[in-house]
Amino acid sequence: MTRYMGITDSDRKHMLKEVGVKTMKDLFADVSDKVYLARKLNIPPALSEMEVIKKLKSMAEKNSDLDHYTCFLGAGAYDHFIPAAIGQLLSRQEFYTAYTPYQPEISQGTLQAIFEYQSMICELTGMDVSNASLYDGATALTEAAMMAVATSKRSEILISENVHPESRQVLKTYAKFRNFTVKEVSSIDGQIDPNDLRNKINDDTAAFLMQSPNFFGIIEDIVSASEITHNNKSLLIVSADPISMALLKSPGELGADIVVGEGQGLGNPISYGGPYLGFFATKEKWMRKVPGRIVGQTVDKEGRRGFVLTLQTREQHIRREKATSNICSNQGLNALAAAMYMTLLGKEGLREVAELSAQKAHYTYEQLLKTGKFTQVFDKPFFKEFAVKSEKEISELNSRLLEEKIIGGYALENDYPSLKGGWLISVTEKRTKDEIDYFVRKVVE
Amino acid sequence: MKETPLIFEISKPGRKGYSLPECDVPKQDLSQIIGKDLLRTTPPNLPEVSELDAVRHYTKLSTRNHGVDSGFYPLGSCTMKYNPKMNEVVAGLDGFSKLHPYQNENSTQGALELMYSLSEMLAEITGMDQVSLQPSAGAHGELAGLMIIKAYHNNRNDFKRTKIIVPDSAHGTNPASSAVAGFQTIEVKSDANGEVDIECLKEIMNEEVAGLMLTNPNTLGLFEKNILEIAEIVHEKGGLLYYDGANLNAVMGIARPGDMGFDVVHLNLHKTFSTPHGGGGPGSGPVGVKEFLAPFLPVPVITKKDQDYHLDYDRPLSIGKIKAFYGNFGVMVKAYAYILSMGAEGLKNVSETAVLNANYIAAKLKDVYHLPYKRLCMHECVLSGVRQMKLGVSTLDIAKRLLDFGYHPPTVYFPLIVSEALMVEPTECESLETLDEFIEAMRTIAREAETDPEMVKGAPYTTVVSRLDEALAARKPVLRWKKDSEND
Repeated sequence: MTRYMGITDSDRKHMLKEVGVKTMKDLFADVSDKVYLARKLNIPPALSEMEVIKKLKSMAEKNSDLDHYTCFLGAGAYDHFIPAAIGQLLSRQEFYTAYTPYQPEISQGTLQAIFEYQSMICELTGMDVSNASLYDGATALTEAAMMAVATSKRSEILISENVHPESRQVLKTYAKFRNFTVKEVSSIDGQIDPNDLRNKINDDTAAFLMQSPNFFGIIEDIVSASEITHNNKSLLIVSADPISMALLKSPGELGADIVVGEGQGLGNPISYGGPYLGFFATKEKWMRKVPGRIVGQTVDKEGRRGFVLTLQTREQHIRREKATSNICSNQGLNALAAAMYMTLLGKEGLREVAELSAQKAHYTYEQLLKTGKFTQVFDKPFFKEFAVKSEKEISELNSRLLEEKIIGGYALENDYPSLKGGWLISVTEKRTKDEIDYFVRKVVE
Repeated sequence: MKETPLIFEISKPGRKGYSLPECDVPKQDLSQIIGKDLLRTTPPNLPEVSELDAVRHYTKLSTRNHGVDSGFYPLGSCTMKYNPKMNEVVAGLDGFSKLHPYQNENSTQGALELMYSLSEMLAEITGMDQVSLQPSAGAHGELAGLMIIKAYHNNRNDFKRTKIIVPDSAHGTNPASSAVAGFQTIEVKSDANGEVDIECLKEIMNEEVAGLMLTNPNTLGLFEKNILEIAEIVHEKGGLLYYDGANLNAVMGIARPGDMGFDVVHLNLHKTFSTPHGGGGPGSGPVGVKEFLAPFLPVPVITKKDQDYHLDYDRPLSIGKIKAFYGNFGVMVKAYAYILSMGAEGLKNVSETAVLNANYIAAKLKDVYHLPYKRLCMHECVLSGVRQMKLGVSTLDIAKRLLDFGYHPPTVYFPLIVSEALMVEPTECESLETLDEFIEAMRTIAREAETDPEMVKGAPYTTVVSRLDEALAARKPVLRWKKDSEND
């Protein structure tokens, strides 16, 4: 027996007797000898608590973490500051050990928190309806595309090549199996080429998918994309950095029909790529088409306000074979962290985070250009991330920086062969002037 | 009990719950460097509260929830086992929680080693050859597995296989995932024993079928005794066998899907491997395959060369990526810590005890609740409230009445093939005393259904809200708070 179980040897005897069998093996009478595993699993013997902790600490210490290294890497996962209150509150067992709130009478905490999260996401995106969150930004964008295909009965998706490469890959995986086509729209100077969009959009285009700020950190012209897209009766789906929306006009205000994005930056640890959350918000008219869970307000028998999962059939009854999405969970705890973050930072704080990040990113950009070792790649407004062109190999540059305890930027040539030497640098509010200056010094050494 | 105000309702202009450093770089005019037209003029209506306001608010909300630490949570099919505290501590280590996914491989060797080692262990537990940790949840794992099946057939230029067979007792996500993977679903009936009807399977199995999705033990909590024959029927006609790992907690160290003939499995780290459910997520749904399907796994695959670990993207037959980065790493750390703590014998002990606990509950309740399948069950038992229904008390009423006894109710009305179903999964963690108290509560409710059915139908009485009007929520949806312009 392990410390996580409560049945003693004498309990076991008593229980076997009540069940009417003699041995534990008898409980598995239905498992034929041909299937019954005759040997022990080849898994190491149990370790005590202190041994497990020691082993995992030694594994963790093999990694270079962002507390000991200064991070200038972004590209979809960001090193924003997380207030201490969030970790403390999330560790309340009532939140993290609970299941999906199927029994609303004993899940009002989770349900109300999600309702508040939905409200905040609507405020940020300029939309009417938000769901309770999806797996991550990439799958949220893909779910939005599938919703557009299902509602429009059209079978083609256009996507800007400036959208995060992993999001485009995820979309293409789903498209292959779901039988819709995906075509990419090219760009000029780091922004969507409106002529290419105009040329490619057609009667069968369900939606145009774009990202702003895009993968290069550049703020796109949503208004012009909206005009072209809507003239064709296609949907405009915009993926956005949630922090940017406190500073920049919301995609909703500029004409987006669905706004999605990666919510990690809102109070969630960077955690080697997950768990994160994808947010998803849209207009009221598509309320009943939204994938995933939604919480709604109602009243109890005494007329008191309460919250329930609504508009969606529940997990075991999910639309079964007619489904247009198979999502039946949300990133509950991550969405809760995001809600706590938006609560603590609030109306003013989120904008300050956005402004600090933008100021520091622009300062870093200028300092790098001043060294003369880097050149401009694009000449367009950016938010907290930007590209410069390096004379040196990026991998070499990053390896050298790692020795100086700096995590350098993303090599754009991985995904954009024409941008050889392109280096994508991200600067959040966490970076100090000293760190930036040190980084710039070390880069040119 | 009183309503808890929304965070927006306690908000007051001028309050703040954050502190940020002064801008230490020369400040520029953002309307110049970004452009005035692009800047937001109306700020989002986010709350304005002090840190204490926020802390009190979320603490208050937490008291309106029931977690595994609050009390027994016998929610069938969900494996609500105890979430060890140690796992939370190790997952929070800086070396795991503060890693950027695009860091150089040589700066994340510990993380890659953990993922590699965890997938090896999961492969051993399931009898598979290779495991990908990328899927985010069970349904996501199903989708990945079905995509792999389709990619396999397509790669053999076998394009006629457009159908997936799913039992009538299956989890609802099975047919939904099948639809999203581009398949048509056909149903195989259950027989009088609650197992796959072999004759029916033979009839519908043909060369248009890509595969069969099965949970074993199935959703009735029963082990499919004929699993080898089922596998043979499906394989003979060129189909593949998919294992839904929702019920793996019953068979660890006892029987392995790989040895039963399954070609693809998905697991739920948040069920079987003790990671918390987080009020609805995050989960993690690794997908495992036999060797011949390994080329189709999502990219990247973690490989080991000498003593170094790598992310391998060069896999031309791969289905591609199904989420950004590598999966829910933070969840993987917890599952890994759990397996290390259990060891081989501990895992077997987990499954044996889970099965014992479920059978004990069935044995002690079958005289008052209808037991549709009179045989030994595995890690969960499915009871039915049909007797109580005759008295006007529904399964929903029984579930709601259980709330007054301090329990999270079992899963109700599932599987669909059992009327008034009550699916009880106690897990291995609970003590005999806890089980006995729960049994006593269930017996009390059965008595109440006879003596005072109206009282049961009005339950719950002790919760922060009483039964909620779900029809109203769907008919007149209120899905967000909005600033009341009249009051402002």
